[in-house]
Amino acid sequence: MMITGPSMIPSIPSIRSRNMQNWLSRGAFYLLVILIVLGCVGPFAWQIITSIKPARELTTLPPILPSQVTVEHYIRVFERPFGKYIMNSVIVASATTIFCLVVGSFAAYALGRLRMKGKMIILSMVLAVSMFPEIAIVSPLYVVMRNLKLLNTYPALIFPYTTFAMPLTLWILTSFFREIPAELEEAAKIDGCSPLQAFWKVILPIAAPGMFTTAILVFIAAWNEFLFALTFTKTIQAQTIPVGIAMLPTMYHVPWGSIAAASVIVTIPLIILVLVFQRRIISGLTAGAVKG
Amino acid sequence: MSSRKVTFMGKLRVSEKNLGYFLVIPALAVVAVMAFWPTLAAFWMSLHDISLIFRTNRFIGLENFKTMAGDPAFRNALHNTVYFTAISVALETLLGLVMALVMNGAFKGRGAVRASVLVPWAIPTVVTSTMWKWIFNTDYGLFNFLLKRFHVISSYLNWLGDGKLAMGCAIMADVWKTTPFIALILLAGLQTISHDLYEAAMIDGANWWQRFTRIMLPLLLPIGLVAVLLRTLDAFRVFALIFVLTGGGPADATEVLSTYTYKVLFSTSNFGYGSALAVSMFVSVALISLVFLNFIRLVTRSS
Repeated sequence: MMITGPSMIPSIPSIRSRNMQNWLSRGAFYLLVILIVLGCVGPFAWQIITSIKPARELTTLPPILPSQVTVEHYIRVFERPFGKYIMNSVIVASATTIFCLVVGSFAAYALGRLRMKGKMIILSMVLAVSMFPEIAIVSPLYVVMRNLKLLNTYPALIFPYTTFAMPLTLWILTSFFREIPAELEEAAKIDGCSPLQAFWKVILPIAAPGMFTTAILVFIAAWNEFLFALTFTKTIQAQTIPVGIAMLPTMYHVPWGSIAAASVIVTIPLIILVLVFQRRIISGLTAGAVKG
Repeated sequence: MSSRKVTFMGKLRVSEKNLGYFLVIPALAVVAVMAFWPTLAAFWMSLHDISLIFRTNRFIGLENFKTMAGDPAFRNALHNTVYFTAISVALETLLGLVMALVMNGAFKGRGAVRASVLVPWAIPTVVTSTMWKWIFNTDYGLFNFLLKRFHVISSYLNWLGDGKLAMGCAIMADVWKTTPFIALILLAGLQTISHDLYEAAMIDGANWWQRFTRIMLPLLLPIGLVAVLLRTLDAFRVFALIFVLTGGGPADATEVLSTYTYKVLFSTSNFGYGSALAVSMFVSVALISLVFLNFIRLVTRSS
């Protein structure tokens, strides 16, 4: 390990020089830690500061910190139909999550636990789909949805979202199902359960944390999606928050305060999710890749 | 194993294998309808002259691809995409490795560091772009202010309005947003390496550099390559980040394949040519994946 503290540094004859080196490497290490945290959180902190600065202080630097805290930008955001954007985002992201989890959990159970041929082929196919460029499928989907009069509706987003959400669901859930010890299932079968009953009564309750992790990841992915939302919705009927924020600037005026406030409103729920479920999210994110 | 019969819904007796297929089919049907069919349809559309405005739809064979070969805007977008992808993925991998090594250390406040690293990952891309757009603002942006304060620049620069600087800004925003992803995957890889290996090496007198290059890097290589592949594909199809940050400007300096394709599709309504551009992206992504996957296979086989 490079500079991860004393235990990793090979012993050096003189005690004095070793202490010196420990102290130095420790200092460099914590400096790096501070840089990482500042680098990750700093830019967003600046967005939060901007959102509570009085309008006249937005166009002067210094001061970096506001002379007084204001909520005017937040009020201004909700003078627009911002609540509708939020509602649309909640509906679309929840529906995508529920749909993918319900349909995906059966498939992931089969792929993770049942004896069948072609599992690897199916999983690699699904992985390949998750690598499709979104823009590559936009043109036919647009034409079809226009003909079916689906543009500007929730299904116009929920169904295309399955193209990235379903592969995500299948990969993460399959790896979770695979980790459940086979003995549990065997025991259920000896007790007279069919595979479906075993799935329902034994596997599903154990897999609940994995399902939950998957749900968080799918929800965040759907919540943040932009290209499909921009393409398939042109009115406030179904537009989601990312599109709403992207459209706040007009030709002549960029309302930086409102944009900052809107960004904070959209991001805070995600940051809370991340802080509360940190471990789960990391395990879900790396589940596919580590075994890959 | 097909002889193993199981009861389904209390009546039907099916083999476990068939039950498996039965459970898999709905999910696969969704993927087929929403991903495979549109991809094939895009291929078909790319062979046509389609304008949604003039309601034309005429088969023209490979004409769109000939247009593409001679289209300077396409070449510019391809060049920008490759440049953006190469530089940002290289930076992200290096920084991600440093971040992973730091997070792998035992120290107080490790949990807080991990949580803060997840912040850029969780923030919507659109918010990332608007945020950096504000930071890069010429007159009131934090970036100019800090750089001038610390005497890095003598006068304010027009970061997003200067064709030579805008791409660097887009790369910086992307690096900020996605380095945590690589870091977390590399961290997971680091944690699978047994401590005994390091200890054995230390007893043999290996210094930290030898331990780093002889033990850690080789063992990290397979998972690192997977992370790099995922990031490369993501960077190659970058859309929201650039569309919101610069809109492809100034003067197409940050125009990438996705944003160019989007404009051809929805500003000119030229769905035939737009689909041909989309197909070219699909083929590029497939080629990149194939090359990477073969490389990963080689690496894992040799080690």
